[in-house]
Amino acid sequence: MSVQYEMVIGLEIHVELKTATKIFCSCPNEFGGEANTKVCPVCLGLPGVLPVFNKRVLEYAVKAGLALNCEIASFSKFDRKNYYYPDLPKNYQVSQYDLPICKGGAVEIDADGVAKTIGITRIHMEEDAGKLLHGGATITSSDYSLVDLNRTGVPLIEIVSEPDMRSAKEARAYIEKVKAILEYIDVSDVKMEQGSLRCDANISLRPVGRKELGVKTEIKNMNSFRSLQRAIEFEEKRQAEVLSAGGRIMQETRSWDENKGITVSLRTKEEAHDYRYLPEPDLVPLVVDPAWVNELKVNLPELPDARRKRLVNQLGLPEYDAGVITASRALADYFDEALQLYNEPKTIANWLMGELLRLLNANNLEINQNKVKPEQLAALLRLQDAGTISGKIAKTVFEEMFATGRDPAEIVREKGLVQISDEGALKEAVAKVIAANPRSVEDYKAGKEKASGFLVGQVMKETRGQANPALVNKLLLEQLQ
Amino acid sequence: MSLTALTVHELSALLHKGEVTSREITAAYLERIGTVEDKVKAYVTVTAEQALTQAEESDIKRARGEKLSPLSGIPAALKDNMCTHGIKTTCSSKMLENFIPPYDATVAAKLKQAGTVLLGKCNMDEFAMGSSTENSAFFPTRNPHDLTAVPGGSSGGAAAAVAAQEAAFTLGSDTGGSIRLPAAFCGVVGLKPTYGCVSRYGLVAYASSLDQIGPMTRDMTDCALVLNAIAGYDALDSTSAPQAAPDYTGFLTADVKGMKIGLPQEYFAAGMDPRVAALVRQAAAKFEELGARCEEVSLPHTQYALPAYYIIAPAEASSNLARYDGVQYGLRVGADDMVSMYCQTRSIGFGNEVKRRIMLGTYALSSGYYDAYYLKALKVRTLVKQDFDKVFEKYDLLLTPTSPTVAFNYGEKVDDPLTMYLSDVCTIPINLAGLPALSIPFGTVENRPVGVQLIGPTFAEGALIRAGYTLEQNTVLTRIAPVEGGLL
Repeated sequence: MSVQYEMVIGLEIHVELKTATKIFCSCPNEFGGEANTKVCPVCLGLPGVLPVFNKRVLEYAVKAGLALNCEIASFSKFDRKNYYYPDLPKNYQVSQYDLPICKGGAVEIDADGVAKTIGITRIHMEEDAGKLLHGGATITSSDYSLVDLNRTGVPLIEIVSEPDMRSAKEARAYIEKVKAILEYIDVSDVKMEQGSLRCDANISLRPVGRKELGVKTEIKNMNSFRSLQRAIEFEEKRQAEVLSAGGRIMQETRSWDENKGITVSLRTKEEAHDYRYLPEPDLVPLVVDPAWVNELKVNLPELPDARRKRLVNQLGLPEYDAGVITASRALADYFDEALQLYNEPKTIANWLMGELLRLLNANNLEINQNKVKPEQLAALLRLQDAGTISGKIAKTVFEEMFATGRDPAEIVREKGLVQISDEGALKEAVAKVIAANPRSVEDYKAGKEKASGFLVGQVMKETRGQANPALVNKLLLEQLQ
Repeated sequence: MSLTALTVHELSALLHKGEVTSREITAAYLERIGTVEDKVKAYVTVTAEQALTQAEESDIKRARGEKLSPLSGIPAALKDNMCTHGIKTTCSSKMLENFIPPYDATVAAKLKQAGTVLLGKCNMDEFAMGSSTENSAFFPTRNPHDLTAVPGGSSGGAAAAVAAQEAAFTLGSDTGGSIRLPAAFCGVVGLKPTYGCVSRYGLVAYASSLDQIGPMTRDMTDCALVLNAIAGYDALDSTSAPQAAPDYTGFLTADVKGMKIGLPQEYFAAGMDPRVAALVRQAAAKFEELGARCEEVSLPHTQYALPAYYIIAPAEASSNLARYDGVQYGLRVGADDMVSMYCQTRSIGFGNEVKRRIMLGTYALSSGYYDAYYLKALKVRTLVKQDFDKVFEKYDLLLTPTSPTVAFNYGEKVDDPLTMYLSDVCTIPINLAGLPALSIPFGTVENRPVGVQLIGPTFAEGALIRAGYTLEQNTVLTRIAPVEGGLL
């Protein structure tokens, strides 16, 4: 009989903080730009330079810690993590080792309807490294590599979870929740594709029922939530196969290959770095005032869980709808604004989840790139309520609004999309359809109710969707009798 | 007397009275450098043209009647580990032989602001690691008082330049005695300020928690004037003390009445030249004669300071010097792959002493050894500091020799690092404790200068200056004449 395995997952999430300047110098903290233009002697690590800590980084890290239910350390310090790599100009990274700024947090997740608490071990602050631009297609096939130090010194926090996750879906739910929380408190862009959110996964398997952990592998290089989930699923399968065949898992670092859909070994335990941490002598320890922490705490915005509950309990939205809308602060804010102008929560939720998210996904856009303002959506819904346009036309108008950002009334007027509620005009169209479809008329008279739906559709087609459907229905029935 | 034999305050007075121009002084110094430099070898780089331009700028401002710093128009030099915008900063290493910083160290900027004329950059032990300036990758510097002797180190070039009249004053850096030892060996005044008193921004780091910049001058008045120009809070150095520096010339009063001075017995231990010890006791007697009270005290953890230093300083150095890898600036030795480039660049770019300390530090920080070495050394550091804290509850200052011996012969200790390390036994504890200390000349032994060290509590530079000034005003032993004319 084959052994059943349980997977144990812990995640290390790196988050770039969106402060105006870098962590130890006054260079701008911006994504992209020409190589080596957002640099100064300090972030270049030139001989003689010294770091000066950007206090905004501390504020953002403490906010993140509070939002993730961590304890904030009143005394914290920086350490140097020593390793050689060409994208690290000092050949050490200023990070935090034994006294991180936050410890012992937790987040609630919901994976396939099952609620669970995931523990957070610690959050620490550190500087980002630069980037290597390889001369060839891959690092191994390149004759040379160039170094871009624009990203050097961008502030990061690393959020280390407890090994509390048991499935790829839980891991995904956890990182999505962390992302949402960080977006809510507005400390990061949290874009995995741009690298402002990065994740490594520690994965091990153990026979079901066993307490002690199995040998783990660390998986790197996942560039989206989807690839995180796929990589974990692959690694679970790989490890189970090795163990089932009587083999042993090697403690190693593995890299996710997105194209091949597999993980490959990067380095073994023997090849692992000895980081030779030492306290950073160029920076003084951080003493955090509890009163200041408390002030940050009381000023935290409403977080995703609280907001979801409000949408369910106060507005009566279904759990599912509330979850989708609050997964992103921008969408939830949009919802709230629209609700101020059009007090029908479920209708707005339907439009956001149905039309807006569909169009955003189809066009690969973020909610903040959406051109339709909440007041324009409300105006559209009022046009529909007033009978000026039909529900079907409303969706067409919304697509136009999404593409152009123009007001719905303007689009309706210009394109002549006003609903036809004039009985005289519609009677003519109905008569025409009845004349052109004798077979459907017969079917109807023979008791086939469905035939009337077809005839209504033909009238709508005849009127280019502008006919008032209720009126068409009424007139059709009258004429058929 | 020639212009180059005068002190900063004497030159400043002449400039103020209009009896001499900065251009004349600067020209005199450049001429002096031309005469003696091939024997002394104090400079890695001489910036003659820029110096004359700066001198003329100072003269123009003076002619306009602008209010000038006492240092305006005074020719000075910097140890070559302080970054100077557009001027090579080599740390006397092959690794940085052609490195031209795109920025000024805070001290360089402050001196520029004061109108000081920069004559050039002074030789040193490579990356400030050494006690004789024999570890320079380029050439050793000789002691102007005796060319067969070393000038001390690591700020040997900066000390020799002042002693040989090749600069009116210089700035050195002191991690374990690198200002005070060469000051003693060359017969000049050297002050290591309290850690955090002078900004380290732009000082190429050796051991960040110990490094401190300070003045090397002909007398105490110059010491106070130069400290005035460089001390004070700097937002670019997080370890700089957030407090305003006082006017140090205010402490130039010849009065030590009632001052309590301790003589730590551990600093007069075996291995000390009895003639040096006798001079230190003579200095104590002089202080007593002037109204101070001198007593023997004990700093019981002194013997552990040197080993602790040789864990902490190399540990920090191993990290600080990691950046010299051939990637972005400095020497690059080409190779087939990245790791070989790293290895060859660092094998060829660093000298033996630097490699020795990088290896010591790397070992001490390695997994499994950290607690036994680095952590233990930090604890010793705390004990050393507590020794001082305790003794300063009762005493204003401490008096010790700066070094157990006078300058040793060129080549004498270069192959014996442990004996070389012992040269700093009297100066290292002060860096571990972050305290200010002054080396002031006090007589000679066989024509080689002796320095006595005064140590104060944190930010007691004023008391050190007052005590040093009092000694200077009351005995000719503190006046080791700068070397005139031809050298021995």
